[in-house]
Amino acid sequence: MSDTHAQTVRYVRESMLPEQEPPLAEKGAVKWIRENLFSGWMNIILTVVSLYVIFLVLSGFLPWMFGGVWNAGSLNECREVLAANGGDAHSGACWAVVEDRWLQLLFGFYPPEFYWRPILTFLLMFVALAPVLYSDQVPRPFLAFTAIYPFLAAWLIWGGAFWTPTLVFLGFIVGYVAFRLIAPIAGQIAAVTAAIVATVVWWMVVTPNVSDGLYRMVGNSRFDSAQVEMTNQMETLPQVIAEIEEQQEAVAAEIADAVAEKDAILARIEEGSGDISALRGELDTTMQGLTALRDQASSLSQEHFRVGQVLSGARSLLGNLATLEEREASLPDARAEVDVLREALPRGLRNMTNPALAPEGTPPEVLDQIDAYGTAVNNVVTIEDGIRTTYQQLGRIGLEPVDSREIGGFMLAVIIGVAGIVLSMPLGILLALGRQSDLFIINKTCVAFIETIRGVPLIVWLFTASILLNYFLPPGSNLDLVVRVIIMVTLFAAAYIAEVIRGGLAALPKGQYEAADALGLDYWKSMRLIVLPQALKISIPGIVNTFIGLFKDTTLVVFIGLLDPVGLSNAIRASTDWNGIYWELFAFIGLLFFAFCFSMGRYSLYLEKKLQREHR
Amino acid sequence: MTTITDPPKEGFRLNQLIYDTRYRSMTIQVVAMILLVLSISWLVSNTVQNLQALGKDFDFGFLWQPAGYDINQRLVEYDSQSTHGRAALVGILNTILVAFLGCALATVLGVIAGVLRLSKNWIVNKLMAAYVEGFRNVPLLLWILLIFALMTEGTPQPRDFREGGSASMVLGDSVAITNRGVYVPAPVWGDGSLIVVIVFVLSVIGAFAYRGYAKKLLFDTGRLLPMVWPAIVIAFVPAILVFFIMGRPIGLENPELGGFNFSGGIHLRNSLIALWLALSLYTGAFIAEIVRAGILAVSKGQTEAAFALGLRPNRTMSLVILPQALRVIVPPLISQYLNLTKNSSLAIAVGYMDVRSTLGGITINQTGRELEGMLLVGLFYLLLSLAISGAMNVFNNRVKLRER
Amino acid sequence: MNKTVFFGALTVAGIAAGAASAATLDDVTARGTLNCGVSTGLVGFAAPDANGVWEGFDVGVCRAVAAAALGDPEAVNFVPLTTQTRFTALASGEVDMLARNTTWTFSRDVDLKMEFTGINYYDGQGFMVPRDIGVTSAKDLDGATVCIQTGTTTELNLADFFRVNNISYEPVPIETNAEAQQQYLARACDVYTTDASGLAATRATFENPGDHVILPEIISKEPLGPLVRHGDNEWGDIVRWTLNAMIAAEELGVTSANVSELAAAATDNPEINRLLGTEGELGAMLGLEADWAVAVISAVGNYGELFEQTIGENTPIGLARGLNAQWTEGGLIYSPPFR
Repeated sequence: MSDTHAQTVRYVRESMLPEQEPPLAEKGAVKWIRENLFSGWMNIILTVVSLYVIFLVLSGFLPWMFGGVWNAGSLNECREVLAANGGDAHSGACWAVVEDRWLQLLFGFYPPEFYWRPILTFLLMFVALAPVLYSDQVPRPFLAFTAIYPFLAAWLIWGGAFWTPTLVFLGFIVGYVAFRLIAPIAGQIAAVTAAIVATVVWWMVVTPNVSDGLYRMVGNSRFDSAQVEMTNQMETLPQVIAEIEEQQEAVAAEIADAVAEKDAILARIEEGSGDISALRGELDTTMQGLTALRDQASSLSQEHFRVGQVLSGARSLLGNLATLEEREASLPDARAEVDVLREALPRGLRNMTNPALAPEGTPPEVLDQIDAYGTAVNNVVTIEDGIRTTYQQLGRIGLEPVDSREIGGFMLAVIIGVAGIVLSMPLGILLALGRQSDLFIINKTCVAFIETIRGVPLIVWLFTASILLNYFLPPGSNLDLVVRVIIMVTLFAAAYIAEVIRGGLAALPKGQYEAADALGLDYWKSMRLIVLPQALKISIPGIVNTFIGLFKDTTLVVFIGLLDPVGLSNAIRASTDWNGIYWELFAFIGLLFFAFCFSMGRYSLYLEKKLQREHR
Repeated sequence: MTTITDPPKEGFRLNQLIYDTRYRSMTIQVVAMILLVLSISWLVSNTVQNLQALGKDFDFGFLWQPAGYDINQRLVEYDSQSTHGRAALVGILNTILVAFLGCALATVLGVIAGVLRLSKNWIVNKLMAAYVEGFRNVPLLLWILLIFALMTEGTPQPRDFREGGSASMVLGDSVAITNRGVYVPAPVWGDGSLIVVIVFVLSVIGAFAYRGYAKKLLFDTGRLLPMVWPAIVIAFVPAILVFFIMGRPIGLENPELGGFNFSGGIHLRNSLIALWLALSLYTGAFIAEIVRAGILAVSKGQTEAAFALGLRPNRTMSLVILPQALRVIVPPLISQYLNLTKNSSLAIAVGYMDVRSTLGGITINQTGRELEGMLLVGLFYLLLSLAISGAMNVFNNRVKLRER
Repeated sequence: MNKTVFFGALTVAGIAAGAASAATLDDVTARGTLNCGVSTGLVGFAAPDANGVWEGFDVGVCRAVAAAALGDPEAVNFVPLTTQTRFTALASGEVDMLARNTTWTFSRDVDLKMEFTGINYYDGQGFMVPRDIGVTSAKDLDGATVCIQTGTTTELNLADFFRVNNISYEPVPIETNAEAQQQYLARACDVYTTDASGLAATRATFENPGDHVILPEIISKEPLGPLVRHGDNEWGDIVRWTLNAMIAAEELGVTSANVSELAAAATDNPEINRLLGTEGELGAMLGLEADWAVAVISAVGNYGELFEQTIGENTPIGLARGLNAQWTEGGLIYSPPFR
């Protein structure tokens, strides 16, 4: 017994036995599989069934996905290539449509030379969100950027003069200053009223006038140079267009050659003459070349379109500039005419511009007078608007404006979703507080608002935005559809956010409210300093979830004719090239949404866990 | 000795309206009321002016005019000569039908997926996670479109059921699954079927009465009567007996292929099935998460305590875990039901004629009455939502913990 | 007066100002662009290409009006509208005109307060069936499943046709043409019905167009045309006579190739001269430049050219002129005289 000591008791082993391998069934993969997959007959059945389901899905999906065609100009070409590669026309996906249109699916018709603007806006969004979401790691002064961000984002996306968002933003500052000045003198309620009045006055009176003044000032200083420049453009741009058209023709010829080559190869493959696999390789190269050529043609026609737009802008501005002086001169006369016609109307009917709105029983000659007055008023409005528009085109310092009609695709979904949530926050907080309030009327109004919004599907609200909102607004106001949708989505989201925040308010221990009262804080101070910061913090996961829901629901705007990803997929399928394509577009759109929503959902879970840890 | 004197009587001053907390809430409310009335009247006057300017009026008379269009799925009598109001009713019933079916199936799917997600089986667990995440993170509209397309592409067309075709009916030639929908046998009510139905209803009531009696006996005396089997026997045996005594008055009519389509039987249209499946699968994914959270919310000690009391696992589940989990599950479940009902308005994507597609779609389009039509559609959904949440709240109050 | 001031906070997002009842032409000139309502996507009639440039037959009409009113065919904002939103968008002033293959009907004209300014395509509702079901007449369709696009006149016509002929059918309403096509190809319906032009266009893009036949019955009249709001006759005139100018130009042999030559000096044909503004003052009567029609024709061509470029026989759509040939060639396309 060499391994035991002399003094030890004989039957006690002093040194450890070497570790033995566990039995085969109790280690590694086998054990894991046994325990996790085959631990009982029920489990075995479940495992088998699941494996079968996974096999079914993947065997149908994977060959289609990976056997797809990436280089083709139309669905028919796709099918030809698939057939040449030895399958039938449906054996593989036609990813070429995604290759052809993915930028459109992301940005809609946003001008490609300005793609940097939405991208920058998107990236800055994270900078703006950081102080809110990672409040413990980001210093507080960054909150200032968060406050500015909505205005910056709107400016970056829609463009226009830099002073427009600045002036709108200053409205809030004016309100705040008014509050600060009045509060020590006349008490809080008076201060709040003053702040609201000051802000509204700033927006309604000061902002338009200052903005017009700035346009005018800059416009006047640029008048001559602009005229020269526009005339210059009118002369040079047609040549540029002609050059582009020449290049386009050249590329078109090259494309025709490549297509002929492709057809020849296809014919040879069909005959079965020669080395099929070599031919297939050749086909692949030809298709790649063809795609490159088509990309070139597409960027050329993009350029053509852009130059055409610049030219038409120059033409329109030049025409407006030529008549500007004349129009300005005609304004006093037109105004005088309005005054004369107005005086001529009977007292009770002054300011009535539309004979259809006159009370019944109005004599016909008065109706004619009203009509004449309305025409004169419209004339003045038209002249004023025309002059204003001209100065706006002329005197803009800032970014090239982009029409909201040109915004589409995934970008539109993000804009509607983010704007809906961000703009709905203040209203949502107020509604949540109102719903908790003891004041009967306020409470009931808030409850009625929230329940009405939540009880009716978003699609009905969207139809309201698209076909009814114009009825509810003052006659003559004509908001852009995207803006109307954002307004409606904001109201919609506010009701949901209010419920989330109400949950947060209810989750706060009652002691917090009582402590705030005990400190002698008034209602708004206790809310602002004690209750809301805590309640909002625990509501963040819920708000993120609401955002995910809203973001997915933005696909419904397709029913009112906006070109979100689904709407664009319809438009793409209506082009002769891609008519009849189906799954590929939806797969791409679904994937985009999944990536976005899934990561947001993970983030919300992480936040929830973090909050739970902190509360312990 | 100090005497407590009344504070000097003050006259009411105007600034008390703002500075005195007794009156301030009144002031605020009155101001709020005035603002509310003002803004509503502003909206109404705008609407009136706009309508006048367009030469339109506000009139529900169109509901009594002939609609002129056909609806494929109708639960009540309807043809193209019926009124727009009737078309709206058909749409309303269709909405309620798909919402009801959807809620039922979504609950089943959600509970199964929620329980399986807690399974120790790795593959099942991950498969359910993929289901839940996949459906939760992709817009419902896409799922509806995809499922509809999958069903039209993936199932055989009626022609394939002809002699020598590639498809055949299932379940003893009684059910045909085609890309236009599923055809199932329809019951044929012969003479005396009413009696069978009455007997069946009575015996179901009897079964419930027996159950109540057994429960009472258990609580009063502790004697445990068998529950399941006698209840089933009481519910079904008399009806079956009467069915045969009356000479089998209720028969089944199988769908048959004739002309372009199957005829006879009940036709469950693809649009209904696709919408139903998509709504159920989508909402089911959310319900799965709710169920999972509900079960996890019941602390492990409860299970252990139940085992310590000697309860068997299935009784532990039904008597201890589930009642407690339900309290957590029911409130979010209500909002999922509401969501599903509202989401059924996406029916338009597959051409299912719900109220949004009939009254809120074709009718508005043909009559130009968008204000009235949308108002009615909104009102209907609002009432439906209130009804569902009302009913579910009653249920919620019954399962709620009664605090003493 | 300027109501947009009220929405000061929203000015960033861009608001179209001006009362809806103001003279549309003034609005359009002040704005510098024409807002034209088109379909959200209909093969051959309106669809955006990969660069977001809209193309098609209806799009051509929009461009023609822009060329007439603004002298610039590029100055158009295309507003895609669904069947549900098209009329309200026009009524509320969101668009200045609608060129969205819309059927001219009594109730739309009178009750919905629209003004149709002419007909740019004579269409009719037809049926398409797969060749192998062996149907040769729509009357043989008893019990068939029919795919229709909802929200249009087609579903009313369909109901009428089957009721008159006392045969039964099963309607499958579909929201978009693309969706309907997918249903039809998967044989979820036996028949696809829409305007005959749409059927032909759809069939042309099938993998095997020969496997499908369009039945001879045309069950309705579908005169499609551009429309404007009731109440602004000057603007209605501009749209009407822009379309007529294109039609007359084809009849008179004026094309985009020879228009500048013909407009340079007065020709022998007085009607051409009046059309092209070298004689008379037709342009001024419309409130436009004298050479408005020259701008139209050089930008989009005459009616025949536009037809051939977008939906004609040499395009993938491959529509024959048929009813839409000039009246001199047995069709219905006919412009009142320029006088």
